[in-house]
Amino acid sequence: MNDMTKPPRSRAAKWTRRGFIGAGVLTGGALVIGVGMRPGNPVAKLGPVVAGGKGEQLINSWLKIDADNVVTAIVPHCEMGQGAHSALAQMLADELEADWSLVRVMQAPADGNYLVPDTIRAFVAPGTLDAPDWLEPTWNGLFTRIARLADGMITGGSSSVRSTGQHTMRIAGAAARQMLIGAAAQEWGVPAAEITAANSMLSHKASGRSAPFAKFAAAAAEQDMPQTPVLKQPKDYRLMGTDAPRLDIPAKVNGTASFGIDAKVPGETMSYAAVRRVPVPGTRVAKMDASQAKGMPGVLQILNMGDFIAVVADSYWQAQQALNAITAEYTKAESPVRSGADQFARFAAVLDKAGESGGKAVVTRGDAKAALAGAAKRISAEYQAPYLAHAPLEPMNATVRVKDGRCEIWTSTQVPLMARSAAAKALGLSADDVTVHHPLLGGGFGRRLEVDYVVMAARIGQATGFPVKMIWSREEDLQKGLFRCADLSRIAGGLDAQGRLVAYSSVFTQRHDPADACDCAFYDIPNKSIRHAESDLHLPFAAFRSVDHSQQAFFIESFIDEAAHAAARDPLEFRLAMLGQSPRHKAVLEKAAAMAGWGKPLAAGHGRGLALVESFGTIVAEVVEVDMTKGKPRLTNVWCAADPGFAMNPDGFRNQMEGGIVFGLTAALYGEISLKDGAVEQSNFHDYQMVRMDECPAIAVEIINGDHQKLGGAGEPGLPPIAPALANAVFAATGKRIRALPLAKQFV
Amino acid sequence: MAKFTINGEAASVDVDPAMPILWVVRERLGLTGTKFGCGAALCGACTVHLDGQPVRSCSTPIAEAEGKAITTIEGVAGPEGELSKVQQAWISEQVPQCGYCQSGQIMAATALLRDNPKPSDADIDAAMAGNICRCGTYVRIRRAIKVAAGLEPAKGAQGVAGGQA
Repeated sequence: MNDMTKPPRSRAAKWTRRGFIGAGVLTGGALVIGVGMRPGNPVAKLGPVVAGGKGEQLINSWLKIDADNVVTAIVPHCEMGQGAHSALAQMLADELEADWSLVRVMQAPADGNYLVPDTIRAFVAPGTLDAPDWLEPTWNGLFTRIARLADGMITGGSSSVRSTGQHTMRIAGAAARQMLIGAAAQEWGVPAAEITAANSMLSHKASGRSAPFAKFAAAAAEQDMPQTPVLKQPKDYRLMGTDAPRLDIPAKVNGTASFGIDAKVPGETMSYAAVRRVPVPGTRVAKMDASQAKGMPGVLQILNMGDFIAVVADSYWQAQQALNAITAEYTKAESPVRSGADQFARFAAVLDKAGESGGKAVVTRGDAKAALAGAAKRISAEYQAPYLAHAPLEPMNATVRVKDGRCEIWTSTQVPLMARSAAAKALGLSADDVTVHHPLLGGGFGRRLEVDYVVMAARIGQATGFPVKMIWSREEDLQKGLFRCADLSRIAGGLDAQGRLVAYSSVFTQRHDPADACDCAFYDIPNKSIRHAESDLHLPFAAFRSVDHSQQAFFIESFIDEAAHAAARDPLEFRLAMLGQSPRHKAVLEKAAAMAGWGKPLAAGHGRGLALVESFGTIVAEVVEVDMTKGKPRLTNVWCAADPGFAMNPDGFRNQMEGGIVFGLTAALYGEISLKDGAVEQSNFHDYQMVRMDECPAIAVEIINGDHQKLGGAGEPGLPPIAPALANAVFAATGKRIRALPLAKQFV
Repeated sequence: MAKFTINGEAASVDVDPAMPILWVVRERLGLTGTKFGCGAALCGACTVHLDGQPVRSCSTPIAEAEGKAITTIEGVAGPEGELSKVQQAWISEQVPQCGYCQSGQIMAATALLRDNPKPSDADIDAAMAGNICRCGTYVRIRRAIKVAAGLEPAKGAQGVAGGQA
């Protein structure tokens, strides 16, 4: 074998994880990834599935090269606007030394060969991603097994770049580069070390030979898989860290981008289903009168599915018209919660019971109770956050064909294999009998981590026996879906005689993910007691962009601001004084403050507020300037400084910060799902208001690449600081402290 | 039978005259670039041009298109697929995230710039406030409109563009 198979293991060499545990089954042509999960050569099996194009050669599970020298990265994560498809292709292409203009991206099929164990690992045990070598097989084996059991093909947790990007795509690119070089070395009869790869070309300087990657693609696939391919050091990055134009954008400006809702069942006449779910969770359809709807034009079937009613028609509009003509009665709800006030009263009762030391301890440091008792000044506050709907602009939908004991599904999902398993279970099929196609997502935001709508469509498809595209109306989406939880939090703090925060005690009712969202570990507070007193929820839960951070950041950073004012200290200085052990956080906060001109005089009626949050491994500080001269909040500017460790695509990262800020601003200003008689009151965008162009502030984003070995996420971290920064700015402008969201409601 | 032109070509469809243009375009004509977002003229995802004017196709019956010209996102580029200035600016400013609203945004921006080639910020606010972007790309949409109008230089050439490293 050539000298590239076992390169010296330098600091930059990464174990190819499946190779590490599955060295015995490594056979010619097979890159490691996938081998450990399914013994055998994945190229032979996957080739027909993912490489059907002109002269395409699959080099390993994650990339193929065609006769025109186009490299296609096969990305196992979904694309929902966060830019993962492009960023992961960029990482692979950099290690491969591919010319970006010759790089394409392909959505990996929903297939057990495209699990993402490192994503699960990043989320469950983030500290293990760069485990010492001797521990690597243990962690790798564990998470590979978990991924297989848990249908672990998932996009979430702002983790694609730092998990699959770092630990799969880069390795796949680097390994393929070495395999291409190895193949050229054999053909040319020269030492591999003398061959260079650049811009999708291989060249040997001494002999003046050069050839495109494509020439050696087939031979490369026959090479042994390098087990420890050498990865680049940052000084050698050529694409990583640059604003490589996103590969998915051209199709999104000319109408050709295909989302789940655009799916067509090949060779079939389409029919369409409109649905109405029960109004209150847990109830059933007791009585349905469809006499009016039956004879309406285009109507094919009317289904009472128990938990929902569906009308299937020739067109979606006809289905919706007929559905509107159906009246129904529902069983009585078991949940005693009728209103938002009921929900918050339940939360309050739980917190009352927990008191000052009850509930499950999440963080305990020092003795918060004693420190509070002995504090020179003690403050406390109660904060609340409402239920929220995700409202991705593409409504929930799925297209299904259930036929001959098989089910085929087209849908926008963050979890295609979970969708497959759930549909199989609902239809009494095995997962192998279900195929899921998952094109682009018109927004996910966590809503599409759930597969309730896929199961509904599958059940409709089974009932009809012919292909159906089910689409939820916006009203269904806002009223009867899954929701960001409401929550109530009580925080107490103690200041010493010098105005330092020496005690912090909090208790709240909701804890989902991430586990540390309720903490602010970067602040040096000597005595802490952070507790979770669980209360049930009336509306069903789904993770919302940034999950617990979306409410916890508001609670924590509002309180820190209150503590600063109680200590008669500037909110910036107060925070900086607690960041002695957290130099990266300090640098981010100082940067945002400098961008905003913190401390400089403001126009009358204006106020500045700031917040600092670390979420999903990325540290973000935001400063808001708000204009209160018209009696209600109008944001003029947001300044954002962020340290994601290293931004793989700075422009893409900035776009995510901008988007996270606007998404969070909608939630902070307007977001509220309220209840009447146990059912959601809001119905469409007139009463579930969004920030629009005319209310969008100017947003400036600066990136600090603070540690290229500790990558953070991009999709979520922009969101958490905006609500507290805004509330703190409103306080600075008006002296009015807002402790309950949404904020605009307090200024009507 | 409704008769109209779609992206310059004559079309006739046999549907209920009350059926919204959106569903005629998507289901009957197979042009899926126009999106369903709210069904109530509240989000702008379904924006198309009717005789050049932006309309919410989810709430405009096909009867209103009788004898008129419908232009969808698929009809914005030139006959050889050459992108319009607005589309080019959307790429140079790397505007879209999920992209679902962007057809409607581009249709609204195209109508704005045709009527008002050098819009002010207030003009942009007024013309674009009907279009929701749930991903929050407004800052870039505003910049792209200004780039398309020649009011600001394109940013897209920075860094590695198209892989010519």
